[in-house]
Amino acid sequence: MILVGSHIITPLGDSVEANIARILAGDTPDEIVHKLPEAGDFANRCVRSITEALQKDAVPVNTTETVIIVSSTKGEDLDLITPAQRICEELENPNPPIVVSNACTSGVCAQIVANRLIESGQYKYAVVVGCDIVTEFIRSGFEALKALSDTVCCPFDAHRDGLNLGEAVATMVFAADEYLAFHPKQAYWHYEAGCMHNDANHLTGPSREGEGSFRCLCEVLEGVDAKDVTMIGLHGTGTVYNDEMESIALYRAGLSAVPANSLKGYFGHTLGAAGLLETILCLRALEERIILPTKGFTEQGTTYPVAVNAAHRHIEGNNDLHFIKLLSGFGGTNAAVRYKRICNP
Amino acid sequence: MQSIADIVLTSETRLTDVYRTQIGDYPKFFKMDLLCRVGFVASELLLQQEGVERFVPRDNRAVVLAGRSGCIHNDRAYEATIQPDNYFPSPSLFVYTLPNIVTGEIAIRNKYLGETMYYALQEEEQLLPLIEATLSDKISSVLGGWIEAIDDEHFIAKLHIWIR
Repeated sequence: MILVGSHIITPLGDSVEANIARILAGDTPDEIVHKLPEAGDFANRCVRSITEALQKDAVPVNTTETVIIVSSTKGEDLDLITPAQRICEELENPNPPIVVSNACTSGVCAQIVANRLIESGQYKYAVVVGCDIVTEFIRSGFEALKALSDTVCCPFDAHRDGLNLGEAVATMVFAADEYLAFHPKQAYWHYEAGCMHNDANHLTGPSREGEGSFRCLCEVLEGVDAKDVTMIGLHGTGTVYNDEMESIALYRAGLSAVPANSLKGYFGHTLGAAGLLETILCLRALEERIILPTKGFTEQGTTYPVAVNAAHRHIEGNNDLHFIKLLSGFGGTNAAVRYKRICNP
Repeated sequence: MQSIADIVLTSETRLTDVYRTQIGDYPKFFKMDLLCRVGFVASELLLQQEGVERFVPRDNRAVVLAGRSGCIHNDRAYEATIQPDNYFPSPSLFVYTLPNIVTGEIAIRNKYLGETMYYALQEEEQLLPLIEATLSDKISSVLGGWIEAIDDEHFIAKLHIWIR
């Protein structure tokens, strides 16, 4: 399948471009909780983002050919189904929604599900939207687990001591490859691979060997050389254990030297939106041959080095672009996807 | 796609009795929330029925569960610990406020390193196409099904082992 549209709503702005401009300008506030400014309920926010994402491309949403996949850990008031149904109703989509609720990996898992449903011929289009709201329920729980930092999180840094929470809405619109026959594109992102693996180890602590993430990385690398991977968007929550685990998984997969980043310093951990938000931003920046920086990182703080940078980087040459997104979460879940930029001569 | 084993567990089952008489070697059971207990007991009975050697690490089996209500029973229990007049948030309850935790419990118990996934769906019939699309060259079987756990008197698990 191919990516045909995307849109994000974050505290930094209401478009992908606005968010990237502020990141590259270094114009991002130091927040411990990244709340969206407006009060707005879950379904309204998602509908607004989906509507924007659909604007530029000829993807119909009020048809049985399009499936809506919602990625969320807690939905609205702990209800996952009702807000998803409202999204479908407001967009006049006749299909029952699919809600992926797979902890912090949901946003990547939802992309994998979209690909399966399109490749199996069940749907021509998939609209994937991720959203979570930082309620007292969620905040108190992460605090009780001692996972929150009192300062701006600093992924992979020696002084990292926890994560920040954040709110965002992120939408990706996908179409079957056949879409190109009727809507030719000069350049586009093609979904190449995706998978999930459980650590089978612990519910809240990541595997010491990074087993699930390691297996995910190996599987999405099939068909491409590690040295040809342009960059990896990491989870990089800023907790001691997560970032250490990722450094181990990268090392085991032979990917320690591949440029990487974590965007948690800009947005916090946006839970069900994270996998979509971070994929969208990294892909868009890569189109300008830019690797987005990692806010908060100054000094390597993991056993194995991770090629993250405090400043953004330009990609030299004109090699093909291959992007990997990696996430892990409670319940031992890990997920990764790989995209390739296809440019027609 | 075909089912090679199946089980239905309803709230007539006394979970603790079944655990003691038919499982019995996994004290973590007593730490689990209701959704996990239901899923765990049902998966144990299902896998006993399948009859292949167990607890051998494998990554070609997915655990895919779905329901309408997620982990609402435990969500309410955690919510009760964060009331303004009685504020003692319980980390051990918070861990179970994610509906995919039950898939993780089954993966840990059985050393399954493959896919684990939870879908919130309106209708049970939505799940089969999702399981069918999960099976692949790499995922040769799915332990999957519908699971709802509202309270001790209202729960159900309908699980299968699916192969291509």
